[in-house]
Amino acid sequence: MSTSRVVGIARAVAAKDLRIEWRSRVMTNQVLPFAAIVMVLFAFALDNDGILQRVAPGLVWMATLFTSLVVVQRSFAVESADSAIDALRLAGVPSQGVYLGKVAALVVQLVVFETVLAVLALILYRVNVDLHGAVLLVTTCVLGSLGIAALAAVYGGLSVAGRGRETLLPLLLLPAVAPVLIGATRATESAFGSDGARVAEGWPWVGLLAVFGAVFLFGGTLGFGPLTDE
Amino acid sequence: MSETSVVDVRDAVVLLGSFPALAEATLTIERGELVVVQGANGAGKTTLLRLCAGLLPLARGSARVMGHDVGRDRAAVRASVGFLGHANGLYLDLTAGENLSFWGDVVGAHRAEVESAAQRMGLNDRLLSTQVGRLSAGQKRRTALAIMAVRRATLWLLDEPHAGLDAAGRDEIDALLRDAVAAGATVVVASHELERSASLATRRIEVVGGRIVESGGRE
Repeated sequence: MSTSRVVGIARAVAAKDLRIEWRSRVMTNQVLPFAAIVMVLFAFALDNDGILQRVAPGLVWMATLFTSLVVVQRSFAVESADSAIDALRLAGVPSQGVYLGKVAALVVQLVVFETVLAVLALILYRVNVDLHGAVLLVTTCVLGSLGIAALAAVYGGLSVAGRGRETLLPLLLLPAVAPVLIGATRATESAFGSDGARVAEGWPWVGLLAVFGAVFLFGGTLGFGPLTDE
Repeated sequence: MSETSVVDVRDAVVLLGSFPALAEATLTIERGELVVVQGANGAGKTTLLRLCAGLLPLARGSARVMGHDVGRDRAAVRASVGFLGHANGLYLDLTAGENLSFWGDVVGAHRAEVESAAQRMGLNDRLLSTQVGRLSAGQKRRTALAIMAVRRATLWLLDEPHAGLDAAGRDEIDALLRDAVAAGATVVVASHELERSASLATRRIEVVGGRIVESGGRE
């Protein structure tokens, strides 16, 4: 199996997923407004600038994590609605291509989502980010999304076949993704300057996110096929 | 096994749990045949098709599809087989045309091949631009069959392809299957409808209690 074939399949799967998402508008019309409301409610509940600025990174990533559950469930619900993922499997389509395509589409959606949440945090929580902080923030968002997506795609594929898929995915995903949550939150704290953190202190956490992302992606590429096959 | 054999199953035993869903079944299917597998519910029709698609392990015996062992060369078997069960395997939020294009991209088919497959299955521009979720059951089946053509599957395994279709839709599917055979595919259909089987098949076989019994000669 050639690398170019896997890349071609991944590109087709990612384009298909993004087209379906764009057409359904579930992300823009339902998920994003929900997350925005959560951010606003936090602003009301913690009506104190000092506290809000300290907890803003954690709130952004917790909101991202919970939203990723919805996005992943959506991503695999379209696969299972008419057993399309079974058709791919039964046709002998390389699972690596399917997995990488799902991950790519998830990363794009999560990065868009995090961008909106970060902007909301800047406005609602009065967080200041300079240019160096912005670079750190963007890198954190991309690598954090990669880590979450790489794990979520594996568990999403597993949960398609399992009973009680709505509850199975959070049970599997949330504990496993904790290291990404910690690393991304720490890096975002540095980008936001929360509690006096400096931007330079965030880059080691970004390195850790890169390692997590690479390990999860490598493991997922190898494991997705055998784990989701009958 | 002759050089033109597409399916060669010998003394195959398939266990579902401890139950022998296929019991020493033997069957040979030649290239270009349109075989209808008949039998009562639970007789083993679907099991036979799933075995040929490389979806079930053999407990005993042997099974080869396109010369590949279904147990050892599963990837090669799956690449040459199109299996259509009760679901169509379509993306309901995409149009029929987008589903076909997606499969074209996945298998590396040219645009002309995709258009040719759509034309052969009677999918006109209006149907191709319609979201699959809004198509009728028959139109969805035709889209799924067009995908098999895009995939260049040489052996089509169809489990009750007429289920849920009206009389016109069933006739349409039959015509498409005959066209597929004329275009070089080998088709195996599992069905419990005796009358339709007689008119469709070039050969009929019957599965009784997991054993295969020839019930209609080659035409």
